[in-house]
Parts: sequence; C-alpha cells; structure tokens
Amino acid sequence: MSEGLVTAAYIGATILFILSLGGLSHPETARRGNLYGIVGMTLAILATLLGPRVTGVGGMVMIILAMLVGGTVGLIAAKRVKMTQMPELVALMHSLVGLAAVFVGYANYIDPNAHFVGAEKAIHETEIYLGVLIGAVTFSGSVIAFGKLSAKISGKPLLLPARHWLNLAGLVLVILLGKGFIGAESTAGGLLPLILMTAIALAFGVHMVMAIGGADMPVVVSMLNSYSGWAASATGFMLSNDLLIVTGALVGSSGAILSYIMCEAMNRNFIAVIAGGFGTEGGTPAAAGGAQPAGEVVPVSAADTAGLLKEARNVIIVPGYGMAVAQAQHTVFEITKHLRDKGVNVRFGIHPVAGRMPGHMNVLLAEAKVPYDIVMEMEEINEDFPETDVAMVIGANDIVNPAAQEDPASPIAGMPVLEVWKAKTSIVMKRSMASGYAGVDNPLFYKENNRMLFGDAKKMLDEVLGALRA
Amino acid sequence: MKIGVPKEVHAGEQRVATVPEVAEKLIKLGFSVVVETGAGDAAHFADETYRAAGCEIAADAAAVWGQADIVMKVRGPTPAEVGMVREGQAIISFIWPAQNPDLMQQLAGRKATVLAIDSLPRTLSRAQKMDALTSMAGISGYRAVIEAANAFGRYFNGQVTAAGKIPPAKVFIAGAGVAGLAAIGTAANLGAIVRANDTRAEVADQVISMGGEFVKVDYEEEGSGGGGYAKVMSEGFQQAQREMYAKQAREADIIITTALIPGKPAPRLITAEMVKSMKPGSVIVDMAGEQGGNCELTEPGQAVVKHGVTIIGYTDLPSRLAKQSSTMYATNLLHMVEDLCKTKDGVINVNMEDEAIRGLTVIKDGEITWPPPALKPSAPPAAPKAAAVASAKKPEKVGMSPKTRSGIAFALGALVFYWVGAHAPAAFLAHFTVFVLACFVGYMVVWNVTPALHTPLMSVTNAISSIIAIGALIQISSPGFFLTVLAWLAIALTAVNMFGGFAVTQRMLAMFRK
Repeated sequence: MSEGLVTAAYIGATILFILSLGGLSHPETARRGNLYGIVGMTLAILATLLGPRVTGVGGMVMIILAMLVGGTVGLIAAKRVKMTQMPELVALMHSLVGLAAVFVGYANYIDPNAHFVGAEKAIHETEIYLGVLIGAVTFSGSVIAFGKLSAKISGKPLLLPARHWLNLAGLVLVILLGKGFIGAESTAGGLLPLILMTAIALAFGVHMVMAIGGADMPVVVSMLNSYSGWAASATGFMLSNDLLIVTGALVGSSGAILSYIMCEAMNRNFIAVIAGGFGTEGGTPAAAGGAQPAGEVVPVSAADTAGLLKEARNVIIVPGYGMAVAQAQHTVFEITKHLRDKGVNVRFGIHPVAGRMPGHMNVLLAEAKVPYDIVMEMEEINEDFPETDVAMVIGANDIVNPAAQEDPASPIAGMPVLEVWKAKTSIVMKRSMASGYAGVDNPLFYKENNRMLFGDAKKMLDEVLGALRA
Repeated sequence: MKIGVPKEVHAGEQRVATVPEVAEKLIKLGFSVVVETGAGDAAHFADETYRAAGCEIAADAAAVWGQADIVMKVRGPTPAEVGMVREGQAIISFIWPAQNPDLMQQLAGRKATVLAIDSLPRTLSRAQKMDALTSMAGISGYRAVIEAANAFGRYFNGQVTAAGKIPPAKVFIAGAGVAGLAAIGTAANLGAIVRANDTRAEVADQVISMGGEFVKVDYEEEGSGGGGYAKVMSEGFQQAQREMYAKQAREADIIITTALIPGKPAPRLITAEMVKSMKPGSVIVDMAGEQGGNCELTEPGQAVVKHGVTIIGYTDLPSRLAKQSSTMYATNLLHMVEDLCKTKDGVINVNMEDEAIRGLTVIKDGEITWPPPALKPSAPPAAPKAAAVASAKKPEKVGMSPKTRSGIAFALGALVFYWVGAHAPAAFLAHFTVFVLACFVGYMVVWNVTPALHTPLMSVTNAISSIIAIGALIQISSPGFFLTVLAWLAIALTAVNMFGGFAVTQRMLAMFRK
C-alpha cells in the first residue's frame, strides 16, 4: 500500500469517526454510530499495517500478539462490567490511553530514525514533551479517579496546605525542565529532564484528582476523557499524522463540552472544580451556619409508600447515585411497570450530574429496560412537578435540594435542581439523615409534604414492590 | 399503662376514639387497650375486630373508666362520665376549654390530667400530625358537598347527552380553611364550577390549586388574624363583602359556608334576602351551624326548606362519615401518644417543656393550665450573619463583565495565532490548521448529543482515542529492543481500549429501547 493510499484511508477513517460521534446524538442512530467507529478504527489500523511504515514479519507477529492480548482483556472487561461500574471502567480506560501516549512519546524520542534540525527539531521535541506531559497527567489522574469511583480511595477531597502553590511550582519546574529538554544536545542528555517531567506530571495528576470531591466526579471523568483526546492529538503532531490530530481533537472537544455541561448543571465554574474541594472557598461556615431547616422529618413505611403510589395518577422518579450503589434499578423498573400497567403515568427525572459520570442514570435505567421515552431531562420535566402526585427520590440528595433556590448563602446556591418539593407528596429514600456529597443539609426533608423512607434503596423498593403486588 | 375507650354517649355521635388498626399500634408501643362493648358499632368496627387486634372488651362504661389509666374519647365527658373520673387519670378528647368552663372546673376537681386535642398549637409544624381539627374539618368539607349533592336535584358536572345539554352546577364556598378547601376539591372533582372566597387574601393560590376560582371582595384590608384563622373585618369591608355574597347567591346553585372566628359567634354572611334571591332547588350547607350559623335561616342540626332552598345545618358532619373520621381521629391520637411516650415502654410522660404537649395539656393533675403561655416563634426566619457575609463576598470574585471577558479571550486567541504564524514552520501550520478545524467539527457534532447518551458517548470517544495505537504501530519495526517493548506495550494497552470501548458501547446501546 502506498503512502497516498494510506492517507486516503486515514481520511476515510476520519470521516467515519465524525459520523460516529454524530450518530450518538440520538438513541435511534447511536448503534450505527458505534458501528461507524468500529469500521473507522479497523480501516485506520489495517491501512497502517499494510502501509510502508510497518515492515518485516517479526513486527507483524508482535502487533498481532499485542492486539490479541489487549483485545481479549478489553472484550472480557466489556462483557463482565456491571452497568453500575461504568464510571470506573471508563476512568480506567482513560488511564490506558494516557499511558500509551507516554510510551509512544518516549519511543518516538529515542527512535534513532528521526531526523529533524533547527526549528523543526524544537517543534518536534515540544510536541513530544507535551504529549508525554498530557499523557502522564491523564494516566495518574485517571487511576486516582478510578480509585475514588470504586471507593478504593476516599471520595473526600484531599486538600494539602498551599496546594495551589504546589501546582504552580510544578508548572514552573515543568517549563524549566522543558527548556533543558529541548536544548539538550544528545538523546541521552534530554532523557533525564523528560523522566523528571514525567514524574512531576504523574504527581500533578494524582494531586489534582485527589483534591476533587466525589460530587464533582462527573466533571473529572469527562475532563479526563478530554485529556485523553488531547494526548492523542499531541501524539499526532509529534508523528505528523493528521488522523491522530483530528481524532484527538474530536475526542478532546467532546470531553471538554461534556465537562462544560456538567459544570453548568452544578452552577460551578470549571476552574473552581479543577482547583478542587467542593465548598471549600469559605463554604464550610456557610454550610454549617446557613438557616437551619425548620420543621420535622416524617418517616413513612414501605407499605404506605406503596399506598401513595397506588393512589397517584402522576409519578416522577428521581434516581441518584444511591440507586446505583444499591443496584436497585431493576426493582425500580418492576415498580414502574406495575404502576404503568395500572394506568399510572410514571416518568423519570434525570439531573445531568446524577451519578458519577455524565449520563450514568440513563445507562442504568436502560439496562433495567426502562423505555427511554419516559426518561426525561431536568428541563423537560421540572415544570411538571406541580401536577405530580408523588415524586420519589431514590438515593439522591443535592440535586433535589431546595436550598439551591431558596437560600442564597448555601454552597450550592444557584445550582439547577429538580423541584420535587412542588409535587403533592415527595418521598425521599435514604439510608440515613446524612447530608449529600456537598455536605449541605437538605431542607426538603423537613418540608410538610415530604416523607422519608429510610433504609437500603434495594431492600425498601423490594418491600414497596411486594406491597404493590399484594 | 391501660388505655380505655368508652362508647360515645352524646346522642347521634357515631365516631369512636380508636379503631382496631390503630389499637394494634398502641399495643406495640407497650400499652394495653380496653374497649367498651359496642363502642365501634356505629362506625362499623365490631368488638370482634378489636379483640383480634389484641384489645380487651369491657362490658360497660364503668368498667372502662374503672380500670383505664388513660381514657380516649371523641366528645368531651358528660356529667355522668365526669363522675367516673378517677384521681390521676388522663383524659384525651375534644374539650373546648374556652366554651366549657364548668366542665374544666369539674374535671380539675377530680384531680385528672386532661389533654384537649382542640387546644393543640396548630402553627407548630411538628404538631400537624396530631391535628384532629384539621382532619375532622377535611372530612366535614367533603361530607358537606356530599350532603349538598344529595339534596340537589341535578348533576354536578355538565354533560352533553342525547337527552339534552346539562349545565354544570355552580358551587360557591365561603371560607377557604381546611374544610373549605376540602369542599372545593370535592366539588371540583364532581365536575362543578367552584368559586370561593376568604377574607385572607393569601389563600387564593390554595383555592386555585384545589380547582376553584378565587372571588375577591372589592375592598383593601388584610384579614389574617393569627394562628391561621380569620379576624373580624371593618364595616366598609363587610359592606363590600355583603354585595359580593348577594351577587354569588343569585348565581350559585349551591352555597357552602365554613366561616368561623375563634371564640366568637359565626359571622352572618347569608341573609334571608339572599336566600330568597336564590333559584328554587338550590342548596345551602352551613357548616358553622354549631356557632349560630353563617346563614340567617339556618337551624342548627337540621335540614330545612325555606323559600324553596334546602338549608342544611348539620353539626355532626364528621360523625356522618364515622368510619373515616374515627380512623383519622384515632391516628391523630396515636401520634400524640407517640410523643407522650417517646421511650415506647407503655408509660406516658406529660412533658410540659414540649411546646406541643404543653399546649394540649389543659389540666395537669387537677390544676388548670389553660390557656398556655404564648408560643416561642418557631424557626429563625433569617439566615445568620456569617452566611450573609459569605454570599456578599461572591460577586466581587466575578468582577469582569461577559463583554470584557470575550474581548480578552479574542485578544489572547489572536496573539496565540500571531505567535504560531510568525514562528512555526510550514509543515506544522498545516497540521495546526487541521487541528483547529477538527476542534470545531468536534464541538458542532458533540453539542447535539442527547444527555441520555453521555455515557455511551464517553465510552465511544474513549475507544476512538485508542487511535493512538497507530503511533505505536509504526514504531514496532524500529531498531532497538527497548523501543520495541515500549511500542508493544502501547499497542497492547490501546487494544484493551479499542476492543473494550467499542464492545461496551455496543452493549450499552443495545439496552436503550423505546
């Protein structure tokens, strides 16, 4: 295959990737979108393999072996992963892309075949440097995000003293090392600054994600998604490969948009999220000292909940991370099905940051076979709450907190929330009275028309379902 | 302790102070319950069901009063019952201490403790679960509509049938308290056109939420009298109000009046003149009959026809829905007992520090404790200072206006492009062009993605980003063992992503269905 044909194949792959992302804009075209992605990837890989840059049978065998090993691991992971664990899987996969970018960068740097001089050499080395930098941050950040999501690491933000200065010092060091790296005469001379920088970048990635609270995880996951794209793009510059540049830019901007949407949904500034620690900027006294909600918490039993649901004509279910933790989505579907068969209009209200990654709740509900046309976005359903008889909140807290609208001193003030308190009755399922990730007390629990159903979501919902069927 | 429930002795009273379902819960709290035989008959709760719930059945009232530590009743004790009260006994029922000073004296003389459910501090949100006045008023409102419908000769809802067109009934409800709102909801559900009025302008939204239309009096005056009741209004207002009522009387088919002012006779809203102006066959339900009635022609406790209008002045509306009202009353009392017995050991503790219980307790061990001291204002209305300071700080941080911001962004962008153009070699610029354009394509394409597909989008972009494998592929044939190892590892890593990412996306997408 000639260089020209390879380039043509790459253009084809690029188009397929764009179509793939475009296809995902709607559930009906999404499957075709994924197919485009697979075809594009196959085309790109085959063209490269058959192209002039890969020579020798040994190379081929090695590639096929690596693909077999990696592919098997990937397919098994994809088969076995539970839908509740999707955020962890995605974070882990981001880390792999980051690590691969680091490896490719190193390999490219020590490749004796590369011949560049003057400005081109400087640019090429800057690209390597940047590629490795982004790759390393993506890798360590994603590993920490994986740890946090799978609860191997505490979800609480770790706030070192003078952390912003630490980050700044790291940045200055990276720039200084970069000068040394690009100015280095020989490959061996440049290797030390590169390795030092990699270490700093890894530490930076760890530090950055450690400082971010559990509630901000959707932003982190989409941000790392974006980084993995930029890493691919930097690698593309390094290799003068347009396919990589374009694909990386697509992925990068896609992740950036998702991060932006997530930030909007929390009424938070992107910089503030990345700077870490929810409610840390003078928010701790506000959280504790804000108007103490007045009123009393009224508990309710599973049987009474079933009674309320039976009587209702309109029901909106608001799921949160608690539903994912309790694996309660299937029971939720059974309840939904039962009620819908009885003629109750059951719908779901999804907050953009419900769960631990963008769209997390939608995937869980889809897994439980809930039809997607009754799963509504926040903007679509918020105005329907006043006509709703029962709003059932399952394991969510901050996203239904009226303080966001009523209390300007609240750390979550201004965040768009689902207005469940406007329903005739709201039922909140929770394990205890503990506050959500934002650490803010929830006045909803004290509202007159609110009832609390305490207990594990799965267990309580099973009881509700039992009572409904009885 | 033993809770005793005697049969109500007031003529026509069909309610009973506890029902089997609630008695079971009382027993779970550690109490034992004794019920007079036949106490629940009028409300259709047989002795048998009480027994099945774990209650004892006593042969007569004397036996109940003789052995119970706590007596639960609906109506206040009659003189005969007062004679059976023992020292130290607790009595829970409606008492109306303001209207019944003699009864209070007699009960105090018997050295009893009396909890008057009507003296509950209703504004305390914690107390709402025991608010029997509210639950009884809700039932009365419902029943008032049912009584009206019974006496009214037409449909409530408008219909167009083969037998002709039927206009909907017009219902006017005076007073939008709990009873009024219940009546509005019931009448609206039956299909009538419902209008309502209240001197408290703030209830207009509640009227609308129940399906009614709020009729304003054309006169400016605030009518909230504290504690959720209305107050007596000025002469000018009353004049305007009379005109409004006269107009409504001419139009309405059914009038339901619920206007009460605490401690005063009920306001006269509907005069004999207005009754005369109503269409024959119309119905008035006067729920204030016990306090003299809102209508001049009401005869308390009776249904009469005057000037062709049926005027219903029943004073026992809750009792006419005895099964429902008994269940709700019993539940209110259960909630009270729960608060009296926080330890769940079957012993009540009349804790006078507790605002709700303090208000309820009108006689403590023979000593009259009514009226209670004024309530402390609940819930500090304003947020503390610290919070105000925190919120005041925020705007400073924002600082720049959006215009300046986008201006700065554009300037910075221009600088970056200038610098790149001035210094970078041509080959780089070509790639840079592709990069910038690709960013925009990505932006345009991804912006339309529905939020439901965010997770699949992330996993598919994740899979696509394994395109980085190409960088490793072209390096595997390079000389040098270390290089080959790096390239091999990179391929293996990205292959995990490539296959895993696409496979898991496929799995997710397969689940999305209509």
